[in-house]
Amino acid sequence: MQGHTHSPVNRLVHRIRQGELPDLIFSLAITLLLTLIGIVVLYPLLFVLSASLSDPNAVNSGKVWLFPIGVQFGGYVRVFESRWVMIGYRNSLSYMVTGTFLAVLVTFTGSYALSRRDIVGRKVLTFFIVFTMWFNGGLIPTFLLVKSLGLVDSPLVLVILGVVNAYNFIICRTFIQNSIPGELQEAARIDGSSDFGLCWRIAFPLSGPILAILALYYGLGHWNNYFSALIYLNNRSLQPLQIFLREILLQDQFVDGSAIDLDSLQELVRMTKIMKYSLIVISSLPMIMLYPFLQRYFVQGIMIGSIKG
Amino acid sequence: MPGTLARPDDRPRKRGLLADLLRCWQLYVLVAPTIIYLFIFNYIPMYGMQIAFRDFIANRGVWGSQWVGIKHFRYFFTSPQFAALIGNTIKLSVYSLLWSFPFPILLALMLNEARRLWFKKLIQNLTYIPYFISVVVLVSMVNLFLAQGDGLINQAITALGGQAIDFLGKERYFRTIYIASGVWQGMGWSSIIYLAALSNVDIQLHEAAQIDGATRLQRVWHINIPCILPTAIILFILSSGHIMTIGFEKVYLLQNTLNTAISEVISTYVYKTGLLNVKYSYTAAIGLFNNVINILILLTVNKLSQKLSDISLF
Repeated sequence: MQGHTHSPVNRLVHRIRQGELPDLIFSLAITLLLTLIGIVVLYPLLFVLSASLSDPNAVNSGKVWLFPIGVQFGGYVRVFESRWVMIGYRNSLSYMVTGTFLAVLVTFTGSYALSRRDIVGRKVLTFFIVFTMWFNGGLIPTFLLVKSLGLVDSPLVLVILGVVNAYNFIICRTFIQNSIPGELQEAARIDGSSDFGLCWRIAFPLSGPILAILALYYGLGHWNNYFSALIYLNNRSLQPLQIFLREILLQDQFVDGSAIDLDSLQELVRMTKIMKYSLIVISSLPMIMLYPFLQRYFVQGIMIGSIKG
Repeated sequence: MPGTLARPDDRPRKRGLLADLLRCWQLYVLVAPTIIYLFIFNYIPMYGMQIAFRDFIANRGVWGSQWVGIKHFRYFFTSPQFAALIGNTIKLSVYSLLWSFPFPILLALMLNEARRLWFKKLIQNLTYIPYFISVVVLVSMVNLFLAQGDGLINQAITALGGQAIDFLGKERYFRTIYIASGVWQGMGWSSIIYLAALSNVDIQLHEAAQIDGATRLQRVWHINIPCILPTAIILFILSSGHIMTIGFEKVYLLQNTLNTAISEVISTYVYKTGLLNVKYSYTAAIGLFNNVINILILLTVNKLSQKLSDISLF
């Protein structure tokens, strides 16, 4: 008897006798539902990855369900051979790096200034910024402005537009207000530090989490940006990756207009699907890879956002 | 208050405004790029919105173009597309708001109840991933999976003996596709804020309820849900302020000739008519109308919530 009391079944029976049945059912339901959600979220992603690595014939005939069949990298090779995908990749990368750097710099310094309660006109300036969250000129007037500034078809437009986002600005300001001790700034000031010095030497080193969040938000925005390029860029060699993704993934424009013989056309049709899956993986990977590094800051950053500015 | 900079010279200002402005000139330098950027790219277009009341001609500029009053507004209100556009926009965003709102809350409540930490972390991190995927990629995944001939879903349906469904070609599936893919992409990410709110729930409430013999379900219902309600209401108000600005990108990319009767919303119409067909003044008027409605909805929901629950944005 003694040996059996610790078996899982006996423990279960014991807990049920204690009146814990509702809680046990509850736990079971939670686990099942969460597992189901996990599967629903994961399956499409896993399928894309598996299909991109599979034999094209297996994918085309619908044999791939979960794991890759006949692993090969033909789709990836083809994608890397595509000139426009590479141009788009390069463009997106440079827009993202310069744009994110600029955006974080401008947002952070501005937020620091408005986090200081002794800046004259703090309320007015904050309202000036927050107002843009609720009201904007709309597509057409903004387009006409960009056009009159000569920024249409300039790579600058993708870097400059969105350099300050009011929401990001407010969460950054709230973070600085709540987590940079005033005493520290006071001490530095007594040591003769200027406001620039306080921002750069005191606030900046202590703002790691919020800088990571800003970099993530702005970086993701730049990498996935499709709208601005659609509106403001016509020059093909300046287009970011998302524009070429749309052409290839949604409009099936694989061929660069050059003459192509029947055999290679058939081969192209055969490869179309796995090329699409490979392209999805290649284009989404940089962002998904960034994620583990920034992950621990998410909760902190989003919690700040929930506090009213 | 932490972070308050109690400065010795923070005494009542009597040295005059100019001296004050000079004292913090470095702070103004730091905030100047933000202000200049917003002035140019947000406030000048607001000023430029007056082309909605003019017949804009490019080489005459905003001021030189003739003032026509509410001509463009009247034209829009009486145009045959008006009812459909407004209806499509409101239906798509209201359904989408109502459907995508509860999922993150439920997910957060369930994650909060998961007892094994590794399991909780695993599900949590999995559900974040779709947030990082671009709209273009999301829509192409939708197209690849739902294609009538060789899409994954239809292959499954036919393998189980059913009839393949033309998901992309039938307009009645448009909203479902739009909303379901949105839930899939955003659920995990939006749950973070509720998880954060749940981590602030007072543990003593739970202990007291446990002593009184409450089951876990009862504790979730009577303790956790009331605790995250204020967060939920604030977020609801915030998203209601964007009801008329349903994201252009995803709708535009999901659009095809077969579903435009349902999928044409204000933003896609403004893009096509305004930029592609160069009807600047007319579409600027639509944009302005849209913006005003947005503000009105935001203020109304905010007021309503203030009356009903004492929770409001401002």
